[in-house]
Amino acid sequence: MEIIPKLPVAEWIDNATEWTTDTFEFLFDFIKEDFGDFIEFFAEDLLMAVPIWLFIAVIAILAFFASGKRFGLVAFSVIGLWFISNQGLWEELMNTFTLVIFASLISVIIGVPFGIWMAKSKTVQTILTPVLDFMQTMPAFVYLIPAVAFFSIGMVPGVFASVIFATPPTVRFTNLGIRQVSKELIEASDSFGTTGMQKLFKVQLPMAKTTIMAGINQTVMLALSMVVIASMIGAKGLGQTVITGLQRADVGTGFVAGLGIVILAIIIDRFTQNLNTQKGQ
Amino acid sequence: MPVIKVENLSKIFGKNAKQATKLLDEGLSKEEILKKTGNTVGVNRASFEVEEGEIFVIMGLSGSGKSTLVRLINRLIEPTEGSVMIDEEDLAKMNKQDLRNVRREKLSMVFQKFALFPHRTILQNAEFGLEVQGIDKEERSKLAKESLDMVGLGEYIHQFPSQLSGGMQQRVGLARALANDPEVLLMDEAFSALDPLIRKEMQDELLELQDNMKKTILFITHDLDEALRIGDRIALMKDGKIVQIGTPEEILVNPANDYVEKFVEDVDRSKVLEAQHIMKRPETVDIEKHGPRAALERMRKEGLSSIYVVDRKRKLYGYVTADDVSAAAKQDKKDLHDILHTDVPKADMHTTMHEIFNMIHDSPVPIAVVEDDKLKGIIVRGAVIAALAGSEVSINGNHS
Repeated sequence: MEIIPKLPVAEWIDNATEWTTDTFEFLFDFIKEDFGDFIEFFAEDLLMAVPIWLFIAVIAILAFFASGKRFGLVAFSVIGLWFISNQGLWEELMNTFTLVIFASLISVIIGVPFGIWMAKSKTVQTILTPVLDFMQTMPAFVYLIPAVAFFSIGMVPGVFASVIFATPPTVRFTNLGIRQVSKELIEASDSFGTTGMQKLFKVQLPMAKTTIMAGINQTVMLALSMVVIASMIGAKGLGQTVITGLQRADVGTGFVAGLGIVILAIIIDRFTQNLNTQKGQ
Repeated sequence: MPVIKVENLSKIFGKNAKQATKLLDEGLSKEEILKKTGNTVGVNRASFEVEEGEIFVIMGLSGSGKSTLVRLINRLIEPTEGSVMIDEEDLAKMNKQDLRNVRREKLSMVFQKFALFPHRTILQNAEFGLEVQGIDKEERSKLAKESLDMVGLGEYIHQFPSQLSGGMQQRVGLARALANDPEVLLMDEAFSALDPLIRKEMQDELLELQDNMKKTILFITHDLDEALRIGDRIALMKDGKIVQIGTPEEILVNPANDYVEKFVEDVDRSKVLEAQHIMKRPETVDIEKHGPRAALERMRKEGLSSIYVVDRKRKLYGYVTADDVSAAAKQDKKDLHDILHTDVPKADMHTTMHEIFNMIHDSPVPIAVVEDDKLKGIIVRGAVIAALAGSEVSINGNHS
């Protein structure tokens, strides 16, 4: 005996998803086709066209400068990347790398403006905070379902799910960074007659840069953590190899692919962190 | 004509601030209004005028509303009521665009904690105001460099603020404010974060700069010594209200109420009082008509061991001692010239007590206060000690 019958929440959401899918079909199709093609082109044609030795060399040089002319990161990158190629996972690595790059880029492009908006308006902050909490606590698997509904399977829904999961830190840290700029500096800026835009670009954003970069670093890491999950809906890459290992109870293959992800994670993390500390000085 | 004219300016924090202003008009105090409405009175109907080229100091303890008041003037805080006229334009009623223009062209502010932009070099900091105005790179770099040269930082332009000491950082703050050549300089506790020696140096430098540039300066401080040192006029604030406005002397000698007097008690008077305030009318003899006998007679009568010698126009010649005079009288000399001492300890009207104190310590005779070679008064040891102890001093210097 229930006083209130079970609310058909699941149905509502189904209906809403269906409606969205139908209404924005042209948009989703466009993204699926053209953006999908572009991602494929980037991963398969562009990155794969680069000889492995050249790719590793370029990364090594970038690592040398990014880490302030030290050799630790260079050595790690060279050995790590060589190992992945040695294990025959180079193509998977390039796909994963592509997914992470696109997901992070889109997250940052969406996240920074929202963070700024949030910092400028108390109302926006009040509304966005629970939304961000929701986005981050909802199990990441759940995002795969509408992603498939909108974009069927492949790289594009993988990027979509990753963006939802990975955007919050950039928004949060941008907001935090701007709000942390001391009141006196804001007063100083105002006292010289800055417009809102001048204040944002000459004072707030430069001063929040370190914090925003920390947020971006987290966004990239979260995007990477979505790699395995996204491969469940057909996103190619190292994650797929892990899943295959799981399905075939093949510990060795799964572990080696997992190791590849760890290596990529460490390289990307050190790159973004070093970029941050260097510019923050 | 005043450059800044503030009239009935009030700031009340909290909801329903407008209603609370009515209570202000009814004369309720800050505490009564807080009890009744829950609103905090920041500034309570302040009115004052600042003349062109004047250093006007607003001083009060923390919480007295002085920092709020200065922020009402460039509207970093929105006034609840009243007007701020700068060159006959009311800032309180201006739209945003006009306000920005006034801030860009007429008002500059120097902050207590310097508020330099840490991501910009010294030069870029000094350029900030000009950059905001949209002045092209070459021109603004030239003006900013001039401004930095003026405060003696011309060689540090490519450093970052964190590489400079506190005193140097505030010089940058000053240069930044001066770079766009404002009419009015607002200085909010500008030297309070500096240690005492540097603070004094900066005060001197500000006064020196002011001699050349003749800006209108509104200076906020909680330090009465500083206020007295640099202020042409001082406004004392308490609980958001201005309780007295006057020149340093007026405030010291004539405190308007207990609050002001309390403040004044703490002041090191030796730095503020001048010779003219503690000198007394001198006993003298006239070199043209008085001889040793007359001098001796006068000294005996007044109980003096020495006396100053002048002519009819009170031009100072020197002094004679009782011993010399009585010896001369015994020898029947008619003239004071032979026994005149000319090593007179001299001060002028504006010599500070501090210096007088050092002079009088090892001087055998009272100090002569001289203006245009004429003897205006003398200062005896007792007067100095009495003034230092804070007993009654008169601006006319007629008693000690």
